[in-house]
Amino acid sequence: MREVTMRVKVKLPTATEVQKLEKKSLVMYIYMGPPNNSALYGTESRIQLNDQFSRLEDVAEFIAREREARNEADRNFLTTSLKVHNETKMGIVTDVKQELRKAGAFRINYSTLKGQSK
Amino acid sequence: MARRSSPEINAGSMADIAFLLLIFFLVTTTMDVDSGITRRLPPPVEKPDEDIKINARNILNVLVNKNDRLLVDGKPGDIRTLKDVAKNFMIPVFPDNPLHPGTDLKTIDLIGEIHTSKGVISLKNDRGTSYDMYIQVQNELARAFNELKDEMSQRYFGTKFDNLTREDEIKAINEAVPVRISEAEPENIGD
Repeated sequence: MREVTMRVKVKLPTATEVQKLEKKSLVMYIYMGPPNNSALYGTESRIQLNDQFSRLEDVAEFIAREREARNEADRNFLTTSLKVHNETKMGIVTDVKQELRKAGAFRINYSTLKGQSK
Repeated sequence: MARRSSPEINAGSMADIAFLLLIFFLVTTTMDVDSGITRRLPPPVEKPDEDIKINARNILNVLVNKNDRLLVDGKPGDIRTLKDVAKNFMIPVFPDNPLHPGTDLKTIDLIGEIHTSKGVISLKNDRGTSYDMYIQVQNELARAFNELKDEMSQRYFGTKFDNLTREDEIKAINEAVPVRISEAEPENIGD
């Protein structure tokens, strides 16, 4: 039950040492992956925030807005869930992580499926 | 005027149909559970040039290049052995042995005095590393720490770390086995 329209393909990697994300209301999502419509947007991995493609510079504002939407007591417990396609290069992920550090969103979760990887 | 009986729909099976629909939707609706590897990012450094000095013997360097190849402690590594290498590295060795990381003597509630490793695993990747590989490496490192925690928990509380319910016991184990994975400041290489 997703609230956003996916603009990018996200095929999650698998891992065994996973933890569940507890409070869904305290999670914000950042999607990264190759665009769904590759004829129009190419195959290079893009960032998706909410319903649209975004640039790296938009991440800080996105975090600020998400934080604003929560009440004060919860703000320190916000977790950023990174939903990243498994063939994406780390470059873009590292860039986003750097943005998150600057924005002060330190708790992150690399979203994975549970299971043995091949 | 002829009295007509009002037509009626046979509604006898209505409840059955409703019930079947209910079962159908119960079965087909999935709530996706979010799970993943949780990490904490370090706060941004104020002076980027100032490196924190850590004794070389306390660091295990793990590098992942753009071809998803591993370099562990200067030697080509393998994802299949990474967990054991990391685990061996993080096991506190006492008395002091220069081939292993140093130890701290700590006093922890419920456990008492214990030697904890000063070891840090430094993880570094290129921009071209695939996310899949990165997650596999993170996963293997997490596995090493989880096994250490399990062993510690088994020794002191007689059960696996996951089965601990008391807050103070969990805290004690987390203190005895600190998860120290440091990610290097990114350099823009290996696109």
